[in-house]
Amino acid sequence: MPHEDYLNATYGIRSWLLTTDHKRIALLYLGSVTVFFFIGGLFATMIRIHLLTPTGYLVTPETYNKLFTMHGVAMIFFFLIPSIPAVLGNFLIPLMIGAKDLAFPKINLLSWYIYIVGGCFVLYSFATGGLDTGWTFYTPLSSIYSNSAVTPAVIGIFINGFSSILTGLNFIVTIHTMRAPGMTWFRLPLFVWAHYATSLVMILGTPVIAITLLLAGLERMFHLGFFNPALGGDPILFQHLFWFYSHPAVYIMILPAMGVISEIIPTFARKPIFGYSFIAGSSIAIAVIGFLVWAHHMFVTGESVYAALTFSFLSYLVAIPSAVKVFNWTSTLYKGSISWDTPMIYAFGFIGLFLIGGLTGLFLACLGLDIHIHDTYFVVAHFHYIMVGGAVMGYVGGLHFWWPKITGRLYPEYLARIAAVTLFVGFNLTFFPQFILGYLGMPRRYHTYPPEFQVLNVLSTAGASILALGYLLPMLYLTWSMRYGKVAGQNPWPATGLEWKTDSPPPTENFDVTPEVTWEPYDFQNRPDLGLTAGAPTLAPAHGDD
Amino acid sequence: MHRTGELYGHFETLEQQKDTATLGMWIFLVTEVLFFGGLFLTYTINRHAFSTAFGVGSNTLDLTLGGGNTVVLIMSSLTMAMAVWSAQVGKKQWVSIFLIATLALGTIFLGVKIVEYKQKFDHHLVPGRSFDVRYRSEHPTASDNPKEIAAEKEELEKAFAKDPDINAHAQLYFSLYFGMTGLHALHMIVGAGLLLWLIKGSFAGRFTPQYNTPVEVVGLYWHFVDIVWIYLFPLLYLIDRHQ
Repeated sequence: MPHEDYLNATYGIRSWLLTTDHKRIALLYLGSVTVFFFIGGLFATMIRIHLLTPTGYLVTPETYNKLFTMHGVAMIFFFLIPSIPAVLGNFLIPLMIGAKDLAFPKINLLSWYIYIVGGCFVLYSFATGGLDTGWTFYTPLSSIYSNSAVTPAVIGIFINGFSSILTGLNFIVTIHTMRAPGMTWFRLPLFVWAHYATSLVMILGTPVIAITLLLAGLERMFHLGFFNPALGGDPILFQHLFWFYSHPAVYIMILPAMGVISEIIPTFARKPIFGYSFIAGSSIAIAVIGFLVWAHHMFVTGESVYAALTFSFLSYLVAIPSAVKVFNWTSTLYKGSISWDTPMIYAFGFIGLFLIGGLTGLFLACLGLDIHIHDTYFVVAHFHYIMVGGAVMGYVGGLHFWWPKITGRLYPEYLARIAAVTLFVGFNLTFFPQFILGYLGMPRRYHTYPPEFQVLNVLSTAGASILALGYLLPMLYLTWSMRYGKVAGQNPWPATGLEWKTDSPPPTENFDVTPEVTWEPYDFQNRPDLGLTAGAPTLAPAHGDD
Repeated sequence: MHRTGELYGHFETLEQQKDTATLGMWIFLVTEVLFFGGLFLTYTINRHAFSTAFGVGSNTLDLTLGGGNTVVLIMSSLTMAMAVWSAQVGKKQWVSIFLIATLALGTIFLGVKIVEYKQKFDHHLVPGRSFDVRYRSEHPTASDNPKEIAAEKEELEKAFAKDPDINAHAQLYFSLYFGMTGLHALHMIVGAGLLLWLIKGSFAGRFTPQYNTPVEVVGLYWHFVDIVWIYLFPLLYLIDRHQ
């Protein structure tokens, strides 16, 4: 009997562009963030090729400034921030809580269109001369002095902010009002808790960057003086307002990835997650404390020593809920029956890289040390460990984990494992040398460097080419599997979440009958429906190669 | 997305649908608070840094027009609240009447704002190359009271003695004045659009004691926009007036 699901329920371009189905909107996002990922990746490739030689290999200094700016803008605002929430969160949150859709399906579609409009403005800026202010848009460089296409980029990011705000709003309301009977707050998957925390940051932080960029844009267009010292304005005010959003924005990237890891680990350790309520609470704690640390980006910009001490202390505090998560994940592994499936390899990769990224963050929160390593490659390496090693590993791992649910097909398992390891190796080879470079004093954003730094730079570029392969492989085999992959079935791993109790791919309405939840989260023992027999918890997951 | 009467298919009950819409609007208003918050912070820091110039800026605003507009807006909040109440108790014709009254008061507010903006253009108080805080006192028109102009001149001299860069700093005040009241006016215009949509619905008799979510949710928005003005009015018009 042909099976009707959300993919084949209706056909034609209109049925996609006017859809209000959260699953289809998630796929629209999947396509568009992938485009931006490759645009940003192209700029990164050019940066790494340029830095092969001490005098610079490829482009002029002006173009180099534009490359790292456009890399940052494309990756942060148009890939990392929407990636997990707007793709996986959009697809999974209604399924995980047993709802038919998000609370506001039309607003969900609207936020995708806002993203596209904002993205077009930014692409227009890239195509008409590019942008050289750094992704941070510091004034008065961005508002007065830069001769590049700043205005369309600022307008694009301003517009795109509302896409993020509406997504966060939609998630919070959905989690409050759309849960199925029996789906209590403490039965919610940790992925949902993580997205709740992320949404808090989205709705509280994004309006502030919106108004800040609006003011900077008005300053540039009409020569106003909000942030221009020549007219009495205060450039440091811009930095405060900018980081009030842009530091919490890091948590918009990492919290959803932590949610993904919290789903993968119990599934492939066949054990209930250790310390459920602590992991849930630590997501909220990270979101809250994350709003109180922004000025640690400004230790050398001129702020009072008491402010610096306070922000340093608060920055250390964020380490506590982050460590709570890492300890709970590792405790979950203890005495679990671990299987090395692809998502699990990504989860292990995440833990290791996040650990390094997080601990080096503490180096940077330390006032004395920060003066030495501020604005060096140490900072570049640190935040790439969090954003790429953490957020992107979580995203790609999550894509693999839920791919059978999204497409109804399994990907080729052994190829996927090879890709995961390639990614991990390539990533470390790219960014670990940058820690050393930064510690030795190589400043970021420079287009040349002293000859003694060449070996480490060449290592980093070599790593980047392996990393690129690690991204291209999943692109290829995931696309291949959509048509040729083995049919997945409802619950191939098996995992405990509600999303695995409906068909793969799910029907448009998600569930034929509204489910009623009677079990606790991540409970493998009292779930005969999973097909795990007592005493034999090591039932092998279904693989694409079997 | 299918729909049965007023109930969308992904909800179980009208009550759930109403809770969802109301929570959504409250959260939207939270984001609005932070959106305006950036402006209020910029205002506060600059008011502290350039109190003389900001005092001069406040003095140029027309208290009668601003105060009158405040009363108009508070009245519109009252009529909005009455519209919500009328919908809840099922007085269908009163819903339309109160909504139209709210829209009329909102339009009056915007009209007065246009008059005020025009004054600022006439007096060269729009940030830019021709900005000059002294323009009005040096180019009085026939309708200006000579006494008032003399007093203004004297005040400006004192202010210039305190802050020689007052023209630059007063431009900051007017950038914020136009930025904040302009953004507020934009919200009023959006609100007026929403009111038109509600009025259309109320003529069709859509709003009943069982289903009045749109009226209530737009009401929340309207009250929020009014509250923003309740903060803007003292900050822009009243502080440091005629010190």
